[in-house]
Amino acid sequence: MGKISNQVVLQKLSARFGTKILLSSEPQGLLTIEAGRNDILEILTFLKEDGELNFNFLTDITGIHYPERELPIGVIYHLHSFRNNVRIRIKVFLEDQNPSIPTATGLWHGANWMERETYDFFGVNFEGHPDLRRILNVDDMTVFPMRKEFPLEDPNRADKKDFYFGR
Amino acid sequence: MSDIKLAEAPAGIEGSGFFATSLEKVIGLARANSLWPLPFATSCCGIEFMATMGAHYDLARFGSERPSFSPRQADMLLVMGTIAKKMAPVLRQVYIQMAEPRWVIAVGACATSGGIFDTYSVLQGIDEVIPVDVYVPGCPPRPEAILSGVLRLQELVKTEPLRRRNQPEYKELLNKYGIQ
Repeated sequence: MGKISNQVVLQKLSARFGTKILLSSEPQGLLTIEAGRNDILEILTFLKEDGELNFNFLTDITGIHYPERELPIGVIYHLHSFRNNVRIRIKVFLEDQNPSIPTATGLWHGANWMERETYDFFGVNFEGHPDLRRILNVDDMTVFPMRKEFPLEDPNRADKKDFYFGR
Repeated sequence: MSDIKLAEAPAGIEGSGFFATSLEKVIGLARANSLWPLPFATSCCGIEFMATMGAHYDLARFGSERPSFSPRQADMLLVMGTIAKKMAPVLRQVYIQMAEPRWVIAVGACATSGGIFDTYSVLQGIDEVIPVDVYVPGCPPRPEAILSGVLRLQELVKTEPLRRRNQPEYKELLNKYGIQ
């Protein structure tokens, strides 16, 4: 257990941002909030620089794709406060046509590669990122492979056809 | 009587003090019994190959005493492990840097067909980028299987015509892969 409870963190956030915090929940005890694209940088800055909360460590930035939603592409931030031993997860959902969101590289240099990875796999454009190019996949790839519309398996492979296995 | 085995002499005409055979067979014999491996090991199959090179299985028995981790003087490229699409140009470059005559063994399911990694990021078999002579099945293959693959390749090398690498068919094969 951390030194401050999730309720305290949520109260401080609500007091500061009010309705800008769209949703909040606690799956497995991990405080999760949802925010809009325009407020995310402000929220991250507040969480990092507030003297009491002190979420100084950016654990991860990643993405997710829910094709059935109105805003299908999600960008997810995990922050960790070393001082309080508390974690928080912030989700921002974007449209799938050219999703873009302000970069967090101004707050954490570590965000650089995480955002490159999120761009690589989900095609999220991080505005103001100093060097937004693919990091894991081949440079000449034209698709974003972690999106659900992208076929995972190689279409040229015939060795997994059912009739070879009597199915 | 020692246990040392020598390579069998090729078919030819034997008499007192002389032995006549075709140059092709002699060269094939020499090549087949000194295939110098270039291990291109990326995953678990590479570990199996290390066992194959070790004292128990002793790949050196077959004249593959010197694994060279460079294309220089290597005849036999052993590709062991998953080759990601990002790795494919590297593998191709290594193959191009090897001098003729050169042979390729694809060891294990990943190198032959992509194996269980039927994914956007993995090359579905190295024969998409370089020509392959012998495929070794298994995931990973035991050292015996790798030895079997090397022996299969030796059979190929023994019987390969000297002119094969200058023939239009071979040029065509390389052209298919966009080499030269």
